[in-house]
Amino acid sequence: MAKFTAKPAELLKIDFKTPKTDWMDTPVEIREHMYCHPAKAKDLETVGFPNIHEWRPADENWNLPENWKETVINGIKERLQKYRSFHVFMDICVRCGACADKCHFYLGTGDPKNMPVLRAELLRSVYRKYFTTGGKIFGKTAGARELTEDVLKELWYYYYQCTECRRCSVFCPYGIDQAEITMIGRELTNLLGLQLGWIAGPVANCFIKGNHLGLEPHTIKSNIEMMLDDIETITGVRINPTFNRKGAEILFVTPSGDLFAMPGIYTAMGYLMLFHELGLDYTWSTYASEGGNFGFFTSNEMAKRLNSKIYAEAKRLGVKWILGGECGHMWRVLHQYMDTWNGPADFLEVPKSPITGTVFENAKSLKMIHVIEFAADLIKHGKLKLDPSRNDHLKVTFHDSCNVSRGMGMFEEPRYVIKNICNHFYEMPENTIREKTFCCGSGTGLNASENMELRMRGGLPRANAVKYVRDQHGVNMLANICAIDRATLSAVMDYWVPGVAVAGIHELIGNALVMKGEKERTTDLRGEPLPRKEGA
Amino acid sequence: MKILFPFFAVISLVLLAVVGVKGANLHFLFGVVVPYAAVFTFIIGVIYRVLKWAKSPVPFSIATTCGQQKTLPWIKQNKLENPSSTLHVIGRMALEVLLFRSLFRNIKGELKDSSRLIYGSDKWLWLASIAFHYSFLIVLLRHIRLFAEPAPFYLHLLETFDGFLQIGIPRLFITGVILLAAVTFLFLRRLYIPQVRYISLAADYFPLFLIIGIATTGILMRYFLKTDIVGVKELTMGLVSLSPVIPEGVGAVFYVHLLLVSMLFAYFPFSKLMHMGGVFLSPTRNLTGNSREYRRINPWNYPVKVHTYEEYEEEFRDKMKMAGIPVEKE
Repeated sequence: MAKFTAKPAELLKIDFKTPKTDWMDTPVEIREHMYCHPAKAKDLETVGFPNIHEWRPADENWNLPENWKETVINGIKERLQKYRSFHVFMDICVRCGACADKCHFYLGTGDPKNMPVLRAELLRSVYRKYFTTGGKIFGKTAGARELTEDVLKELWYYYYQCTECRRCSVFCPYGIDQAEITMIGRELTNLLGLQLGWIAGPVANCFIKGNHLGLEPHTIKSNIEMMLDDIETITGVRINPTFNRKGAEILFVTPSGDLFAMPGIYTAMGYLMLFHELGLDYTWSTYASEGGNFGFFTSNEMAKRLNSKIYAEAKRLGVKWILGGECGHMWRVLHQYMDTWNGPADFLEVPKSPITGTVFENAKSLKMIHVIEFAADLIKHGKLKLDPSRNDHLKVTFHDSCNVSRGMGMFEEPRYVIKNICNHFYEMPENTIREKTFCCGSGTGLNASENMELRMRGGLPRANAVKYVRDQHGVNMLANICAIDRATLSAVMDYWVPGVAVAGIHELIGNALVMKGEKERTTDLRGEPLPRKEGA
Repeated sequence: MKILFPFFAVISLVLLAVVGVKGANLHFLFGVVVPYAAVFTFIIGVIYRVLKWAKSPVPFSIATTCGQQKTLPWIKQNKLENPSSTLHVIGRMALEVLLFRSLFRNIKGELKDSSRLIYGSDKWLWLASIAFHYSFLIVLLRHIRLFAEPAPFYLHLLETFDGFLQIGIPRLFITGVILLAAVTFLFLRRLYIPQVRYISLAADYFPLFLIIGIATTGILMRYFLKTDIVGVKELTMGLVSLSPVIPEGVGAVFYVHLLLVSMLFAYFPFSKLMHMGGVFLSPTRNLTGNSREYRRINPWNYPVKVHTYEEYEEEFRDKMKMAGIPVEKE
């Protein structure tokens, strides 16, 4: 595959004209840089996924299993019976088009099959053919079509051009959620062994080693120790966190992305500094070392299998409650699925901040709270000594992560924290934040490198809003609370809005946090010189 | 094809009714049998569809949260956009069903000068939808006059309100005009916005043509052809009292109107018009958002194969010990 070299100006020539031919008569063109490589057989074997076989998306023949069609039809049938959402969403769309220009992939590609309504119709047309009387009798006139290999390829191509961000569902008058439909569409492709490498790899890693990146226990510890060295260099304070410690009050779980690459590690440094400063009785786990859940992008069952470790580990270690790090889809899974899958967590207690005494009644069943909720409560009670001027070199805007926004509704807590640790905070335009926020364009396991054009196109609406505040206010830092954002928005910014860096909120907390016994800091957590204080 | 097929289908229905009553004298078929069959199909069909949906469970708590969650006491929850009690959900659903709240959010995204994405308010679809649904509802309610003797008192109120313009005799009912205008707008919008036209199916045009036909024949009868309203009421009262009669002198246009209405009723349960029932069952809207506070039970939850801590330690015990990480078995 040739390297992706297109310049931003080329990508911006987006053609929103609809094709001459009807969408059913417009065959799918599987384009380079828009899709990800197939999964490796060994990764699929590790978790026992079905129909493992050799195939390449660009090939004519996908070597589908003999009974592939039956598998898909039965798969649809089973899911219609399991999910009212899917069943209702297959039936009630009126094709009003309100969702069309809400999708970041549609705005970035102009491809009509990326309009959520049409992405859903790709599957609905098959549903009508095999499950509705009208579709069986009237066929194409009723919007029904036969399931062929070309139709399957089209489904695959476009269901991996959706990041399940739910923005369409905010605008739909019936709340039709393409994320639900995409999740089920992806389950169907998974039944046929048509999984992506970038998803299957992390899933296999997470299953065996406990985290997506495949960090083994000693590596997790040594990675964190490197961060501790850096923290000591910057602040003069030596921190000694614990791992897999029984009897700790709190288990801390964060996405493994925070332990590995920049800028995620700066966020992790922020956690370490905060918890140390509070004297929090907490432990890391190397077994439950992943908050995120790439299983969620393959099948409901796989997601549950990976998620099970969090409660299992909390039980084994005998902690009282669980604290979760900054992540996006992780919190959709925790907030809306975990308790149903693997609860009830009756061996845990309702989370109670040992510092402020606040009882988090909003998590009284799940027994797990978000570290930003925890931090906002600390700041509100004046428990942290903060020097926001240490973030004065940053002009900050905040990107609401899709899942935390539309699958949880956490909007005020992160803003409250930012306003207390940064002196320069600017909101992006209102139609691009909060429940109307735009996806980074690389979620749901699409954060590979071979699909860079797709990612840049999908990231365009977010980047465009950042560009607006960069040009208006000189914003140079995009704060967020999602590990995938931290990993992928850096590339999106470099491409579309050079000069804007990306950071987790806890990095900014780490900068502002005045620790007991710390030395005069001269740099921020990235080693960048701090702005000179007036009169200093 | 997508437009012509449903268009000619509706034209055929019109001709069928005209030929049926004028040529073949099938008044009883078109005046009694078809309406009964249509209403029967409607009732059974809608119940069947709703029960079928209801049979599929809602395994997970998947509300689309469009506002601040219930959290720390000093942060104001948005109860209508992120409900945490049944009362909140009723409020959210009422906004959705009665005021089309989500459609009201609509914005239009556009790429300007190949460089800037801008988003402008776009309430036309919302306005047309509200106008369409409410005028249709009032028109429908006005028809109760044909099925009740004496007409209920509120009808008089409704008609006074509806005819407030005091134009002409018979007095002009504004909702009839709004209905026709709104449905025409919805049709033209489907035709002229390229993206919407591209996604449209025959199944989208068919109900539009039907309703345009229904509204047009209704207006024709009331204001222009002055259909024998006494005869019509005789027929409708006969239908509703299950002792059907076919009065003399009711014009063919009435039978056209009746056939189109019957078609709409009969078609309803098989079509996207079921969004009327479906909106109530949409899990992203009718669930609370406080899924960490109360556990949702999935009726088909089943045990899955997991990778246990013991298996994990077995594989990494030596490395863990070397790194000073505590283990269960030394």
